[in-house]
Amino acid sequence: MYAQMVKSEATNDDPEKLAAFQARIDAGEKIEPKDWMPEGYRKTLIRQIGQHAHSEIVGQLPEGNWITRAPTLERKAILLAKVQDEAGHGLYLYCAAETLGVSRDDLTEQLLSGRMKYSSIFNYPTLNWADIGAVGWLVDGAAIMNQVPLQRTSFGPYSRAMIRICKEESFHQRQGYDLIRVMAQGSDEQRAMAQDALNRFWYPSLMMFGPSDKDSVHSTQSMAWKIKINTNDELRQKFVDQTVPQAHYLGLTIPDEGLVWNEAKGGWDFSEPDWSEFYEVLKGNGPCNTDRMEARQKAWADGQWFRDGLMAHANKAAARRKAAKVAAE
Amino acid sequence: MAPAMSDIMTPDAAELAKDAPGEGRAPLAEGTAEHDLFIGLARLGDNTLILGHRVSEWCGHSPVLEEDIALANMALDLIGQTQLWLGLAGEVEGAGRDADALAFRRDAWDFRNILLVERPNGDFGQTLMRQFLFDAWHAPMLTALEGSSDDRIADIARKAGKEVAYHIERSADLVIRLGDGTEESRARMQTALDTLWPYVGEMFIGDVTDARLASAGIMPAPESLRSAWDASVDQVLAEATLTRPESTFAHKGGRQGRHTEHMGHLLAPMQWLQRAYPGARW
Repeated sequence: MYAQMVKSEATNDDPEKLAAFQARIDAGEKIEPKDWMPEGYRKTLIRQIGQHAHSEIVGQLPEGNWITRAPTLERKAILLAKVQDEAGHGLYLYCAAETLGVSRDDLTEQLLSGRMKYSSIFNYPTLNWADIGAVGWLVDGAAIMNQVPLQRTSFGPYSRAMIRICKEESFHQRQGYDLIRVMAQGSDEQRAMAQDALNRFWYPSLMMFGPSDKDSVHSTQSMAWKIKINTNDELRQKFVDQTVPQAHYLGLTIPDEGLVWNEAKGGWDFSEPDWSEFYEVLKGNGPCNTDRMEARQKAWADGQWFRDGLMAHANKAAARRKAAKVAAE
Repeated sequence: MAPAMSDIMTPDAAELAKDAPGEGRAPLAEGTAEHDLFIGLARLGDNTLILGHRVSEWCGHSPVLEEDIALANMALDLIGQTQLWLGLAGEVEGAGRDADALAFRRDAWDFRNILLVERPNGDFGQTLMRQFLFDAWHAPMLTALEGSSDDRIADIARKAGKEVAYHIERSADLVIRLGDGTEESRARMQTALDTLWPYVGEMFIGDVTDARLASAGIMPAPESLRSAWDASVDQVLAEATLTRPESTFAHKGGRQGRHTEHMGHLLAPMQWLQRAYPGARW
């Protein structure tokens, strides 16, 4: 999941309409763009889908950081294809958001001005080649935990985008695991890179699910609307339970001394991430926030002439077609 | 991996040595048919490798999401073609070097790409113009290679040709739209054309290796591709309202291994992991 702490909007709509809307959701019906929906539902979804889309776009950067240094042609191709898929996910998600009445340019502007967020995870650096494996294995792994249930989300276009995205994400996760496996089974230096990557990405990956939401009003509303399907804690537990045996298989150590198997719950007990660090990252104080935003702002500003040029040409071409049509008549 | 001492003492030492990179047959002698073929293939594979690398540098930084996707696609095609060309080059050489060994463990003077493809990306206009000038050569080159007397080359050319037909369509279209766009986009595209123009001539200048490959029907003579290139470039530039530079000056040397200063800087990050951790599997 690349959306964290999405505040759900209060709704002041007609109680009768609201009840009918809720009944549709409870019956498992999909809400389509032209259907009536509460303003709060619309706004919350725009925020959530927008944040998810922005995360895909900013998420190109930490992995893109290694494209020019990928060690083999095959690894380079795999990484390029993965980053390309992420741009594609951004595109589907912006399209899904557009069905709710917000434009992609509008959303982009909100990202670049800092009014909209992207996932905290992309503010962490990729420092060695094994990080590219760790990102696929842990970051995509954590994302999938949330995205698989979201295939059943109530908003049709979002649900359909998730179905496509999940297929690709699970492929990315397997590729990431394969990369870090080769590193973990490689030379001593490669093994050290793999362990270092796990050490740095473990807690930030746990943070991806957001803080415990047992007391959150927003979560309750979003869950009633089936915009959010599981609690943050449920998903975090599921992620840990899935990942610990994979790390053991690789012979890598999860950097948590508090990690113990809990027979009674049939899952692992684990230490909470440092939530003060999480809030600092959200405030802009993560290791890469400044660099990530600068990179996106630069790409957008440097590309202005290109987008304007294409628009001007499209207008000229349309005018010519119109003139030709008039002349023919 | 180089054999350990105990391995060398075993009767299988010769077998083990075959796996060691760069330790197979003696280097191919210059002027032999195999050497010519190796150079011809390296020229093809190094062009796609270096251009693919340059294009991949844009990943995540392009002017619009659709371009990020399209450029990654183009880079992927070029890297895929590199695997085929350099893979075959390694096979022809027979010294135990595969495509990765050729890409990541040769130094600049052994690369045979034209200088055009190693030019830095510049602004997005320069990247697009470089792509167009290259595609306008690459497409007819591959068409000619489909008729190669070497079936392995014809097969690769057929596969790559399908991809490149799309590359030229796309890059020509963007050159036209940006040339005939705003004042600024036109000025940027003209500057890109003027800047890159001295690097186009090299595509059409043959040497003795080319001549021997051409007479064996393996690869076309570089000079033979000029008229098709001129025709398609002139047509696109006219539609783009851009002016073809008059100069016929051509920087050259890349195809013989004499590169610009940019080449070393491109290879340094590209080859770093393989150089820093020799023998590692990735």
